[in-house]
Amino acid sequence: MTQPAARSANPMTLKERMKVPRQLMPEQDAALRSTAFTEVNLGYSPELARQEAMRCLECAKATCVQHCPVGVKVKEFVQLIVAGDFAGAAAKVREDNVLPAITGRVCPQEDHCEAGCKLGKTKNVKPLGIGYLERFVADYEQRMGIRHLPKVPPTGKKVAVVGSGPSGLTVAGDLAQRGHKVRVFEALHELGGVLVYGIPEFRLPKQIIREQLDYLRDMGVEFETDVVVGRTVTIDELMGEEGYDAVFIGTGAGSPQFMGIPGEHLNGVYSANEFLTRINLMKAYQFPRYDEPMVDLHGKDVAVIGGGNTALDAIRSALRLGARKAYVVYRRSEAEMPARIEEVHHAQQEGIEFHMLTNPVEFLSDGKGWLAAARCVRMELGEPDASGRRRPVPIAGSEFELPLAVAVIAVGTSANPIVQSTTPGLATDKRGYIQADGATQRTSRKGVFAGGDIVTGSATVILAMGAGRRAATSIHEYLTSGAWEALPA
Amino acid sequence: MFKILQAQFLAPGIKRFVIEAPRIARRQKPGQFVILRINETGERIPITIESSDPVAGTISIVVQAVGKTTHLLHSLGAEEFIADIVGPLGKPSEIARFGTVVVVGGGVGTAMAYPTAAALKRAGNRVISIIGARNKELVILEKEMREVSDILLVTTDDGSYAERGFVTDKLRDLIQTDTHIDLVLAVGPVVMMRAVAELTKPEGIRTVVSLNPIMIDGTGMCGGCRVLVDGKSQFACVDGPEFDAHRVNFDVLVQRNAMYHDAERRSMEEFIRERTAQEERAHNQAGEPCAVLQGGEQ
Repeated sequence: MTQPAARSANPMTLKERMKVPRQLMPEQDAALRSTAFTEVNLGYSPELARQEAMRCLECAKATCVQHCPVGVKVKEFVQLIVAGDFAGAAAKVREDNVLPAITGRVCPQEDHCEAGCKLGKTKNVKPLGIGYLERFVADYEQRMGIRHLPKVPPTGKKVAVVGSGPSGLTVAGDLAQRGHKVRVFEALHELGGVLVYGIPEFRLPKQIIREQLDYLRDMGVEFETDVVVGRTVTIDELMGEEGYDAVFIGTGAGSPQFMGIPGEHLNGVYSANEFLTRINLMKAYQFPRYDEPMVDLHGKDVAVIGGGNTALDAIRSALRLGARKAYVVYRRSEAEMPARIEEVHHAQQEGIEFHMLTNPVEFLSDGKGWLAAARCVRMELGEPDASGRRRPVPIAGSEFELPLAVAVIAVGTSANPIVQSTTPGLATDKRGYIQADGATQRTSRKGVFAGGDIVTGSATVILAMGAGRRAATSIHEYLTSGAWEALPA
Repeated sequence: MFKILQAQFLAPGIKRFVIEAPRIARRQKPGQFVILRINETGERIPITIESSDPVAGTISIVVQAVGKTTHLLHSLGAEEFIADIVGPLGKPSEIARFGTVVVVGGGVGTAMAYPTAAALKRAGNRVISIIGARNKELVILEKEMREVSDILLVTTDDGSYAERGFVTDKLRDLIQTDTHIDLVLAVGPVVMMRAVAELTKPEGIRTVVSLNPIMIDGTGMCGGCRVLVDGKSQFACVDGPEFDAHRVNFDVLVQRNAMYHDAERRSMEEFIRERTAQEERAHNQAGEPCAVLQGGEQ
């Protein structure tokens, strides 16, 4: 093992660094938070942040950076933290990530940068807390009111961004930094896409999103809400009479899937999208101060069907809204759950019960149109399926009834067809998602780019941002050169 | 923010608003709707567009005061603002030359049926319209409907105007007198649409209804507006709002629309309580009565 470069501000040897344990994220007490929507993770103090940053081995070949979908210069920003230059660290993150306060909270770092961290390759040593450090510098920047605004002259080019979720906001920020005029169109009345309607307050406070949006506004990005592109205005109109030189489509995965089992229309059965939208966007839990209602969950038994982050967001919200019992019902085992490990742990601490290897086959009525129970079947894992995970197989004769007042279905989404069906010549795959080149995000229509869930199907915030990043780079190239190669058929 | 340019009552409890919404006005087609949210704490509710003027950049909606949101909307007048209006949403009505079309409008549903009736007339159909209301005062858009119909039939539940009875009575008469009908379009209360469907199904008359389930986003994102059509889930906001009446499960629609009845009642009660308190404060200050809900209540 070699010693770090002489110019390092870190006096510790590499061996010493490996002995320092990963600094824990201060958390709100589990018992208190299970009744509140305030944020669970409280953030590092400057001391904790520096201590954690000093664990970085300053590898010559920074594999953490290679593992980041947007290529944040991890080693460089972490070293700026070591040096105590928090503003400089924030600026360094911003070179590659226009939403650091958001990714610092919801990005599954364990699958990306932290999976690439050399520290974590050693037995009993945890990877560097890169996500926590990113959040720390982003929050520091916000607290100090620091802005890094584009210094390039305006190019005179106009870009329309469809959807204000993570991919769209990334495209907008990256292109504004290059001097292009960007206008973002949002279908809902509030900006942020899945960040506002999907992710609950306790994981990503709305205030954080508003601050990041204000930052983008200061960079010159314009926003227009209440516009459903495909209905209120078409892509052709944007590129025609409205004079946009390029369009980025980042409309998200959109439509919730149901299970196709009897009883799904009973009152009390929600899609996760509807359940979370009522809570996060419409503030239905503050009814009647807010007008949008939802089923009162106090003292009720609630289950979410599914094992992803959306499922956990839904059931942890239900618990906070007074549910007596809160279950996760998932047809595979915990090992196959797509949710982030941190979220699963948080949910367990809060008292969520996990029914693994269990699948509902029917929702039963109370005789008055309301849900009374789910008839479930136990599953076992068989041979691997197309996803590489072992296929769950029902165990004969294992059926049982789980009494429930509310069931939230979080088994995935399918492509929302509005933009595709109103944009002639925009190629889609057989599932209805928009076809886009993996490197450039170009679609089959000249000047039209797409990225995020509407191309890949449901994924994560950071993967959508990665697509936004690639799209911004190739939109900039297209606007500069005018060159457009057709997609390979 | 969307500015209200005109607001006037068509009948007690039914008000028409002309609103500045140039993007929506440019693209609206008969059968489509908007979702609106009055203010920062408001709910999102779907309302059918009655007409639009792409040149003036305006849309017109007709709203019946039923719950808190619609009452609150009724309290707004010209020069005031609605926080959010998004649209036009849903698939437009299918407009073609079908032959003879019967357009049935029940209550405020007449305002929603009107633009489609007009478009069907323009497309060369023989349009027979049947509109009905509880009483004389609540009959709306009679003149407008007459202009776009070859025959207009009017009913009132209590017989205070035109013929006593229900719109379905008139439809039954048409069927029984062997009037050739190629298509029926019914817009109104669910019970009315179901009754129309039950009348036309045995006759094999193609029938379309415009459904009004609870919605939030209106873009297919939440699935709250799902209806059972031929036993399968369809989203009224993107697959509808118009569906083949003979395939719709009306029981599920009624059940799902009742999901928040208790909450809606509570919301309305608190709204009235607040308004009454305001009224009293105003009364105490001015020393004279002030009817805040004037005109908005039936």
